[in-house]
Amino acid sequence: MAEAIAFYTLSILILGLGVAVITTPRTVHSVVFLVLNFLCVAVLYVVLRAEFLAVIQILVYAGGIVVLYLFVVMLVNLKRQPEEHQDPRRLAKIGLGLSGAMLVELAAIVVYSYSREPSSVTAPSPAFPVQGNVEQLGWLLYTDYLIPFEVASVLLLVAMVGAIILARREL
Amino acid sequence: MLEITPAHYTILSAALFSIGVIGVLVRRNIIIVFMAIELMLNAVNINLVAYAQQLQNLIGQVFVVFVIAVAAAEAAVGLGILLAFYRNKETVNIDEMNVMRW
Amino acid sequence: MLDTFIIPLLKIVVLLNAILISVTFMVLMERKVIAWAQSRLGPMRVGPYGVLQAIVDPIKLILKEDITPVKADKMLFSLAPILSLVPALVAFAVVPFGGDELFYVADINVGLLFFLSVTSIGVYGIILAGWASNSKYPLLASLRASAQLISYEIAVTMTLVSLILTAGTLSMVGIVEAQLTDGVWYGFVQPVAFVLVLIGGLAETNRVPFDLPEAETELTGGFHTEYSGMRFSLFFLAEYANIIVISAVTAILFFGGWLRPFPNVEALAFLDLIPGWIWLFSKIFLFLYLFMWIRATLPRYRYDQLMRIGWKLLIPIALANIVVTGIVKVLV
Repeated sequence: MAEAIAFYTLSILILGLGVAVITTPRTVHSVVFLVLNFLCVAVLYVVLRAEFLAVIQILVYAGGIVVLYLFVVMLVNLKRQPEEHQDPRRLAKIGLGLSGAMLVELAAIVVYSYSREPSSVTAPSPAFPVQGNVEQLGWLLYTDYLIPFEVASVLLLVAMVGAIILARREL
Repeated sequence: MLEITPAHYTILSAALFSIGVIGVLVRRNIIIVFMAIELMLNAVNINLVAYAQQLQNLIGQVFVVFVIAVAAAEAAVGLGILLAFYRNKETVNIDEMNVMRW
Repeated sequence: MLDTFIIPLLKIVVLLNAILISVTFMVLMERKVIAWAQSRLGPMRVGPYGVLQAIVDPIKLILKEDITPVKADKMLFSLAPILSLVPALVAFAVVPFGGDELFYVADINVGLLFFLSVTSIGVYGIILAGWASNSKYPLLASLRASAQLISYEIAVTMTLVSLILTAGTLSMVGIVEAQLTDGVWYGFVQPVAFVLVLIGGLAETNRVPFDLPEAETELTGGFHTEYSGMRFSLFFLAEYANIIVISAVTAILFFGGWLRPFPNVEALAFLDLIPGWIWLFSKIFLFLYLFMWIRATLPRYRYDQLMRIGWKLLIPIALANIVVTGIVKVLV
């Protein structure tokens, strides 16, 4: 019951804010809606008992990435509206139709696959020597997923160097 | 209706993903396009976390950590490219980003 | 019903009111401390020794006219103060004022990370306030403020990693209990981390010597130049609530929270007669005084110096601290 209330409220908020992000004419407003959207997703993670991810979602997405977007929006001081110029060969309406078709397709797949067989399959992770969400996640990251974890850190380093070089004045 | 199954989360995630796709295909402001991509990544994350909860298996959550790391890297490099482009052409409209050299 | 809803709600109501009241008295305390540091008397007119000034000031702010500039972005202009205050108040949810369940709202297993993530949201209030005002000084101030906040947030987060390594838990109550088990305040185990967090805390709350975003002499007041009345007081509240929460968290992480001094020395056991929350409150009070003392003493840094300290000094030291802590942890 409580989960149902939480889920429907959060779904309405997430989808509504998502629509607001892509429809608002002013970019700064879009960024604000994006932050609120990410915060709602973080609350949804708490409902799904992924506390660590909820906190990381706020810390990295809302507190880091979106601040970057806000900075760029403020730096890109436009003299004319970005949507003014339109390529006549671009068919935006078809894009709208295609994404609508994709949504219908995805929903059909979900409904079909769940009506066919009961979804009571569980594949529990092997027993952990530690308790708690954060501890178990850390255990997985530093044992089975150590190499992807290190690769991800190298990726972040490369991205950092690349971003600094790109943002330098003389390219 | 009152019992929340992974199907509910999958439909929510599909809807959010479609919103992201609409944003990428319809909007011409590249910053909004970037934000729509972030929405799509979040839709995927919701799916992974919901199934991690359903299967009682934390590997889904591990993948979300990697997705967030990749999203951070993508945002940093993407916005860097955007700023470099803006400095040269004074526009963020993707319809005007149609030249291979300048 | 009673345990899940009513008691937590009551706790939250009491906590919020306590914060708001202590902020008003903190403003008075700050004026008094700075006045004494400068050989003045400070507010003396309202009540004995000006004590009632703490009540008069908020009333004045509430009664003032609330102005929205014509060219401002109306929605963001009203949203910014809220986005600034709410994270500062939410951060108190994981701050334990005592070991008993009565003294904290929530003890979650990611408490410290929750605190860090919630305070990182506060930057939006500042950026949006400057942007929505549609005026050059607030915009400059808000760009400065957000760059400063992000830089120092990285330093503080990295510093706290070494503390988490020492404590072995992310829960705030767990960290204090770990200090009890280890029999030592972590301020003595991690002195470098303590100094870094203190400097970072000064920078994150935009206090002297890092108060560039509010530098009156350069920016006519900072990102809230265009704000007046109630909305201005919300920024004010947020700033002071942030100072209180940073002091509280520093006291909990590095100075044993509600533990008495030298929790391992049996001879001092009589100090346990004083309840734990009094110990914690006196520690918080000391930190608040320290913040005001620094404000009365130090001059302001230049902006490039501020950034250099953040990126070239604090972050490398924090990284080295993590490495040293890790090596010691493995060897010992």
